[in-house]
Amino acid sequence: MVGLRSPVIPGSFRGPLGRRSRRVRLMRIGGPRNKSGVTGWFLLVAVALFHAAPVLADTPLPPARLAYTQLPDPHQEAQAEALMQTLRCVVCQGQSIAQSDADMAGQMRAMVRERIARGEKPSAIRQWLIQRYGDYVSYDPPLSAVTAPLWLAPLVLLGLGAWIARASFKRRRRRQS
Amino acid sequence: MKRALLWLPLAAFVLLFAVVASGLLKPNDHLVHSQMVGKQLPHFDLPAMVPGTPGLDTARLADGKPRLINVFASWCIPCMAESPQLMALKQQGAEIDAVAVRDTPQNIAAFLQRFGNPYTRIGDDRQSAFQLALGSSGVPETYVIDGKGRIVEQHIGDIRPEDVPDLLAALNKAAG
Repeated sequence: MVGLRSPVIPGSFRGPLGRRSRRVRLMRIGGPRNKSGVTGWFLLVAVALFHAAPVLADTPLPPARLAYTQLPDPHQEAQAEALMQTLRCVVCQGQSIAQSDADMAGQMRAMVRERIARGEKPSAIRQWLIQRYGDYVSYDPPLSAVTAPLWLAPLVLLGLGAWIARASFKRRRRRQS
Repeated sequence: MKRALLWLPLAAFVLLFAVVASGLLKPNDHLVHSQMVGKQLPHFDLPAMVPGTPGLDTARLADGKPRLINVFASWCIPCMAESPQLMALKQQGAEIDAVAVRDTPQNIAAFLQRFGNPYTRIGDDRQSAFQLALGSSGVPETYVIDGKGRIVEQHIGDIRPEDVPDLLAALNKAAG
């Protein structure tokens, strides 16, 4: 997604800290002209910001009602909330749709709530999305050839730990006796 | 037995190294590919977005002619960037339908006036319901549909000039 972009001169406007350090440096380098130099920079930035046409790369439509409104039935809302926590936002891929403010995440939340309100099972909704976006959309990975190591690794590690523990206990017993 | 076990940590390290190296060398793919490719289009019936261009529904797609479905929006900048390529595809005989996602008729009309209208039909997907049903994760995306309404290919992102021949070839292939 393209966010808001405004033309900013590199290094000239980088938050309060960056700006101050720049000003200090300019004062040190410049002789008597330094003051007007700083004003010139600020003027340039101000003009640039004033003329920047912010590119709006988002829908002008308001989000669906259920994107930010809970269901009246607390039991259904809890079900929807639990499901939304484990569905990935496909736009902002590191977040669940419950956490994301992206427009598409809002539309997905609205869809989840609508379907829950209609009486659909959370597992059916998850399945519907997996059919369209793949397992990637779910934060609850099913057991398959690809995810098998993920599920089996803890068991294997537990087994390995038990084996090492048994061996070391045996050794200690032998030493004591 | 003991001898063999001595090599185990090294083997584990080599395995870990191989996993990390392959992850570093493999080009990153953050695109979410639709799992609907190869399947029938989901059933839908979208009203017309602008007067003069009809809406889009499943029945009208099963006319035996392969086509492109362009998922776009007037508020999306890559959609503006790909419009010359869509016009070129249209000129070279491609049938292009569109789904306008989360948009208003006024904005779409202004968009078409500014960038041209390569579309035969434009469906209004105001709540992105059809977009979700398609497994589309953003705009723009372009789907190649065969004459029976099956999704043959998905193009994610804007169509660049170098993509035009590929899409035409995909359409020809879908025509059989």
